[in-house]
Amino acid sequence: MNLDAKIPEGPIAEKWSKHKVKMKLVNPANRRKYHIIVVGSGLAGGAAAASLAEQGYNVSCFCYQDSPRRAHSIAAQGGINAAKNYQNDGDSVYRLFYDTVKGGDYRAREANVYRLAEVSNNIIDQCVASGVPFAREYGGQLANRSFGGAQVARTFYARGQTGQQLLLGAYSSLSRQIGLGKVTMYNRHEMLDVVKVDGHAKGIIVRNMATGEVSRHAGDCVVLATGGYGNVFFLSTNAQGCNVTAAYRAYKRGAGFANPCYTQIHPTCIPVHGEQQSKLTLMSESLRNDGRVWVPKSAETAQKIREGKLSGNDVPEDERDYFLERKYPSFGNLAPRDISSRAAKEACDEGRGIAATGLGVFLDFRDAIKRDGRKAIEERYGNLFDMYECITGDNPYQVPMMIFPAVHYTMGGLWVDYNLESTIPGMFVGGEANFSDHGANRLGASALMQGLADGYFVLPYTVGNYLGEQGVAAAGQITTEHPAFAEVEADVKARIDKLLSINGTESPRSFHKRLGQIIWEKCGMARSKAGLQEAIQEVQALRKEFWENVRVVGDADGINPELEKAGRVADFMEFGELMCRDALMREESCGGHFRVEHQTEEGEAKRDDENFSFVGVWEYLGDDAEPGLHRESLIYENVKLATRSYK
Amino acid sequence: MEKTMNLTLKVWRQKNAATDGQFVEYPLKDVSEDSSFLEMLDILNEELVEQGKEPVAFDHDCREGICGTCSMTINGTAHGPQRATTACQLHMRHFHDGQTITIEPWRAKPFPVMKDLIVDRTPFDRIMQAGGFITGRAGSAVEANAMPIPKGTADYAMDAAACIGCGACVAACPNASAMLFTAAKVAHMNSLPQGKPEKDRRALAMVTTMDGEGFGGCTNIGECEAVCPKEISLDMIAQLNRDYAAAQVKSFFKAV
Ligand SMILES: Cc1cc2nc3c(=O)[nH]c(=O)nc-3n(C[C@H](O)[C@H](O)[C@H](O)COP(=O)(O)OP(=O)(O)OC[C@H]3O[C@@H](n4cnc5c(N)ncnc54)[C@H](O)[C@@H]3O)c2cc1C
Ligand code: FES
Repeated sequence: MNLDAKIPEGPIAEKWSKHKVKMKLVNPANRRKYHIIVVGSGLAGGAAAASLAEQGYNVSCFCYQDSPRRAHSIAAQGGINAAKNYQNDGDSVYRLFYDTVKGGDYRAREANVYRLAEVSNNIIDQCVASGVPFAREYGGQLANRSFGGAQVARTFYARGQTGQQLLLGAYSSLSRQIGLGKVTMYNRHEMLDVVKVDGHAKGIIVRNMATGEVSRHAGDCVVLATGGYGNVFFLSTNAQGCNVTAAYRAYKRGAGFANPCYTQIHPTCIPVHGEQQSKLTLMSESLRNDGRVWVPKSAETAQKIREGKLSGNDVPEDERDYFLERKYPSFGNLAPRDISSRAAKEACDEGRGIAATGLGVFLDFRDAIKRDGRKAIEERYGNLFDMYECITGDNPYQVPMMIFPAVHYTMGGLWVDYNLESTIPGMFVGGEANFSDHGANRLGASALMQGLADGYFVLPYTVGNYLGEQGVAAAGQITTEHPAFAEVEADVKARIDKLLSINGTESPRSFHKRLGQIIWEKCGMARSKAGLQEAIQEVQALRKEFWENVRVVGDADGINPELEKAGRVADFMEFGELMCRDALMREESCGGHFRVEHQTEEGEAKRDDENFSFVGVWEYLGDDAEPGLHRESLIYENVKLATRSYK
Repeated sequence: MEKTMNLTLKVWRQKNAATDGQFVEYPLKDVSEDSSFLEMLDILNEELVEQGKEPVAFDHDCREGICGTCSMTINGTAHGPQRATTACQLHMRHFHDGQTITIEPWRAKPFPVMKDLIVDRTPFDRIMQAGGFITGRAGSAVEANAMPIPKGTADYAMDAAACIGCGACVAACPNASAMLFTAAKVAHMNSLPQGKPEKDRRALAMVTTMDGEGFGGCTNIGECEAVCPKEISLDMIAQLNRDYAAAQVKSFFKAV
C-alpha cells in the first residue's frame, strides 16, 4: 500500500498556495465532459457537489435521506471555528493550527491542519455570502463564543443550530445547481459498493431505497463524503442512518482505513434512560461556557441523589466538587472533550455519579443565572434548555442538568493524502469520513470547519487536478457497460439475497445492540489489552451468529428498513473488529484512545512518541485473513511535541 | 423505578403507493414513560419482527428534532399533541396507561404515501431549486464583516431559517398549502442584505413552483403555525405576500 502523503515542499504557510499554482487545470469548456460522483450531501458532500457543478463539471450526488437537506450535519449545534480574530484576543491562523494539532494530541498531519486553519476564514465569508444567519452583536458585526481546548473566542454560531444553518447554506447552493441541471440528485439511494477499473475508482453500485432497484453509476472519479461511523456503538449522538457501509466497502476494495480506534466520546450528553433507548442526545459543548460541572464530594451524598432523596440544589457549596475546575484550573469547564469525559467517568467510578444509573454528573447554571440573569442565559442557550426539558422532563433553569459522556464523532476514517485522495486512485474522501485533520481527538467546532473546508475549498481544486492529470481524452470513457460493473453489481445483489434468505430468529437491531455493548465496554472510554482481545473474539462470534440467525423480514423490492439496517449492521460487525485491532495495536494513550496500561500517575493519557508517532493504516487482505498494518510517520517540523497539558 | 404503560395503537398500514391502506390495531405493553414516541414504535417493530411480520415503515433520522425527517400524524395532529415538538422529540410521559393512539402519515395530495407512514416530500426540494438560494460562487465572497447586519435583521432571518422542512404545515392545512414553508425560506433570504438582489426573482419563482406542485392556496386558517415544531410565525406569510405582490408589479412593468 502506497502511503505517500504528497505533502508539498516549502514552508508550511506557503504549501497550499504553491500547490494550487502547480496543479493541473481543466479548461472551462472541457469540464462539462467530465462526470463526478459525490456520495453524501452533508457539509462536505453538499459543498463539494455544489462547487464542482459551479465550476462546470457534471455531478451526480447521492444520499440515503429523502432530501439532501437532512444529512446529519444538520444536527450540529454549537458552532464553527475560524481564525478571524474578530475578538482581538490573539487568534491567528497559526494559533488555530497549533491548537488543533495539540488538541489532536499530536497525531494529525501538520500540513493538512495548517491548510484547514488557513481556509477557515474563507469559509465564514462564503457562508455569510450564502445567507447563513450567524449570531451578531448590536453593532452588526459577527459574534463569537469559546469552545473547549482554546483560550480565544473563535467560534461562530447560529443559536444552537449552527450545523443546520451551514448545511442549509450548502443545500441551497446545491439546490441551485440541481435546478440548473448540473447536479442530478439521487435521494433515498444507498451506496453499497465501489467499482474500480484498472485500479481507479470509476463508479458505484447503489440501491434505490424506495423501489429496491440496484443500479450502476459510472463517473470519472468518485468523492465519498459519507460521514462518521459512531453508530458502531449502537448508542451514539449520530442519526439513526449513519453508517460505515460506504467507507467500509471502499476499504474492502483497497482503500486504506486509518486510525479506526480514534473515536470521540463527548462529555455533555443526556444520560441513558433505560433499555428502550435508541439514541443519545448531545447538549452542546457551548454550555460549558457558563455551566459548571460537578459531583458531590462524598459518595454518600451522591447515593442520596441517585435515590431521589436529595436534589442537586440541596448540596451546599463546600460539599461540591467542581472537578474540572479543580483538576484543570487554566481551562476549567472548557477542558477538551477527551479529558472532560474521562474525568466524568472517573468521578462515577468513584461512586459519585448522580443519575439513577450512577452514570451522570451535574452541569449547573445556577451561578451563571445569578450573575447574568435568566434572560441572558435564555438568549444563549434557550433552545438547548428546551430540548433538555423535553427529553428529561426537568427544567434546567431550576435544577442542574445531568450529563454523561457519549459517543459523538470519529476521528478515524479512510486514509487520504494531502489532496484528499485515498489509496484507490480517483477516490477522494471528505468530511468526517476521512481521517485527516483531527488526530486522536477533535476540538469542538472543528468538524464543521473541516467538512466545509474539504467541500468548498480543497476538493474543487484537487479533484480538478486529478481529472486534469487523466487528460480530457479519458473523460467519460468508462461506462456502466464495463464488465467491472456487472461483477460488483452481482456481489451486491448476492449479499442482499443472502441477508434475506437466512430467516433466523433475531432482528438486525438486536444484533446491533449486542455489538454496541461489546464495543462500548471494551473499546470505549478505557481500553485494555485483555479487554480488546476478548472483544475481538466476542465480535467474531457475534458475527458468525449474525450470518446464521439474523431475521430480515420483507423483501428486496421496495422500502424495507429492516434490510437497510441488516446491511449496515453486517458492516459494523466487521468494522468493530478492525477498531479493536487498531486499539490493541496502539500501545499508548493519546487523545480519545485511552489504554489503561499507559497512563501517568495522575491518570492522564501517556503518549509514546518514539514508537507511535504514526498513522495506523489498515489494508484489507481477505475475509479470512488478518488485515495488514501500514504506517505513515508523522513528522512535526512546526509544532514541538509536548505533553498536552490543560492544567 | 421507571413508570411504564400499556397502549393500543391504531397504525396506518399501506404496502405501497399503488395499493390502498387501512388502520391496523396493535396492543403494546410496558412502554417506559421516558421513551420517545419513536422508541415506542421501535418496540412495536421489534415485536412484529419477532412474529415474522413486516414492521411499520416510518421516516426518521436525527431523533433530535432538527433534520425534519420524522413525519406522522398522532391522534389527528401533525407531530402529536405537544406544542413545538417533532414526533421524535415527543416523549411517552405525555400519554397515559390504557390510551389508544392513532398514527397515520401526512395526508396531503402533493405528498403521496410511499409506504405505511412514509410520504414523498420532494416537492419541497423543487420549490427550493426554483429560487431558494443566494447566487454566489465559492471563493468569491467578500470579507464577512464588511457588511454589518443589524442584530434584529439577523435574528429575524434566523427565526425564519429555523424551518426544518418537515411538511407538518402542509399536512395540517385543509388546503394542503405550502405557504408557511415557502414563506419561511423567502423571508430568511429576502430579509438579509445578501439576498436582496434576487428578492423579486426568488419570490416569483418559488411561489410559481409551489403552485405548480399542486399545493393549495392559503386562506389564513393558521393550522400550519399551530403544528409547526419550530414555531414559524404566520407573519412570514404576510411578508411573502408583500414581496410577491411587489415583484409581480415590477415584473409587469418590466414586461411592458
Ligand atoms: C449531535 C451532533 C452535534 C455536533 N455539533 C458540532 C458542532 O457544534 N461543531 C462541529 O464542528 N461539529 C459538530 N458535530 C460534528 C459534525 O456535525 C460532523 O462531523 C459533520 O457535520 C459531518 O459532516 P459530513 O459532511 O462529513 O457528513 P454527514 O453530514 O454525516 O453527511 C453524510 C452524508 O452521506 C450520506 N451517506 C452516508 N452513507 C451513505 C451511503 N451508504 N450511501 C449514500 N449516501 C450515504 C448521507 O445521506 C449524508 O448525506 C456534531 C455532530 C453531532 C452528531
Ligand atoms: S427524526 Fe429528525 S426531526 Fe425527527
